[in-house]
Amino acid sequence: MIKMGHKSDKKLIIDGKRADGRAFDQLREIEMKVDVVNRAHGSAMVRFGNTVAVAAVHGPRELFPKFMQEQASGILRVRYNMAPFSVNDRKSPGPDRRSTEISKVARLSLDSALFLEDFPKATIDVFIEVLQADGSTRVTGINAASLALADAGVPMKDLVCACSVGKVDGQIVADLNGIEDNFGETDMAIAMQPGKNKITLMQMDGIVTKDEFERLVKLATESCKKIYEMQKRVLKEKYKRS
Amino acid sequence: MVEEKEKNEENEEREPSIERETEEVMKEHPELARESVAKEVVLPGEFIGDKRGRKIGHGTYCEGEKVFSKYLGIPRIDQFEMNVIPLYGVYIPQTDDRIVGIISSVEVSGWFVDINSPYQAFLPLAEGVDDFVDTQRTDLSRYFDVNDIISCKISRVTKSKTVQATMNDFTAKKLYGGIIIKVSPTKIPRIIGKGGSMIQTIKQATKCDIVTGQNGVIWIRGDDKTKAIEAILTIEKESHILGLTDKIQKMLSEG
Repeated sequence: MIKMGHKSDKKLIIDGKRADGRAFDQLREIEMKVDVVNRAHGSAMVRFGNTVAVAAVHGPRELFPKFMQEQASGILRVRYNMAPFSVNDRKSPGPDRRSTEISKVARLSLDSALFLEDFPKATIDVFIEVLQADGSTRVTGINAASLALADAGVPMKDLVCACSVGKVDGQIVADLNGIEDNFGETDMAIAMQPGKNKITLMQMDGIVTKDEFERLVKLATESCKKIYEMQKRVLKEKYKRS
Repeated sequence: MVEEKEKNEENEEREPSIERETEEVMKEHPELARESVAKEVVLPGEFIGDKRGRKIGHGTYCEGEKVFSKYLGIPRIDQFEMNVIPLYGVYIPQTDDRIVGIISSVEVSGWFVDINSPYQAFLPLAEGVDDFVDTQRTDLSRYFDVNDIISCKISRVTKSKTVQATMNDFTAKKLYGGIIIKVSPTKIPRIIGKGGSMIQTIKQATKCDIVTGQNGVIWIRGDDKTKAIEAILTIEKESHILGLTDKIQKMLSEG
């Protein structure tokens, strides 16, 4: 059994290229769409290679049960869920330890970007559904959620962009796919508000040196800025004047 | 080559001089260029200009002297105020808004009104009815019952968004019959049009009674309401397109 943080026998970097032929700092093919769910106030689909996530936003809306209401500000609720067919072996449907944790970190990465004080006693509900998983699902979900929030007309300080970086075969790489995620040495998920240069999520598995850590953060920041430009473009395209 | 040159010269001559002047001014004062393209869509967190003593209006926030947008919207910037009009969003009640609401429950001393918002409005008895009503003997559903549609005004909104409505307004009335449709509240000004031009066009073409609420609820009564709904939904969908009034007029005259 191969554990995270331990070197695997599997060769993930061959002739200076990654398993899928990408350069170390190259992101996978990214596709973004907004307004994909009719019934939601705002929605978005983001695809990073084979990882597909759809996010839908409902609200601000009246919050029930009433004891959860806060007088001074609204609350943000996030649900991250993986579809049973999103992975090779069927995932048993419903919440589990992993999705509860990711829901929480996704919420924390998003709520600092929102003006929740504008909606006392109300809630904003974000639903992230992973339809196909091939590594970096939480960051794909956060990117989709951020687009959906902007599309829903929720007041925000900045868009939130997320990206995964990691150490694979001793090399610092960006946007890990499924194999690199499972067999790599280290993986780190970072979410940030690129306009403000603020990091709102940082999670890491594995062991790195201080120098490597700094390189990881630098690469993640650069990658997030690339994603930020894509997010801006896709939102503006929706309202292109014709 | 010579022909092309001549053509270019011709085109230059045709250009109105005012455009050239504007370009020159923009070069000299690049900060004005930002304001002139203010009709472009801005995104949350996008820098929209320096404060320079102006009022920070709706849909913006500032960090020091820099002003940013809160919404995906269209900036409205002038020498006194900086605003961003969101392209989409839920209705947040504000004092003096004229809205269309649906009675959601009848209480002892008033009514709760669904105003298509995260918050419900309360219509007190004294604000709802002019007559003296003995609450011990009278059931208030006699005046407004659950699911009745009313056009009313928001009279008060507290900091924690407790909302009070009133019928003491010349437009306030109970609406009988008809149907309601819900559109994005941010599109209501576009549906009404400049000085009510757009809504008047629809009213005249379809001969329907239409009441628009600032909360995005529109009440329609008449034989040709399908056409009216179609027109309103088209405006909502294509509100960011220029020359929409002509398109709607054409659509109504054709169909």
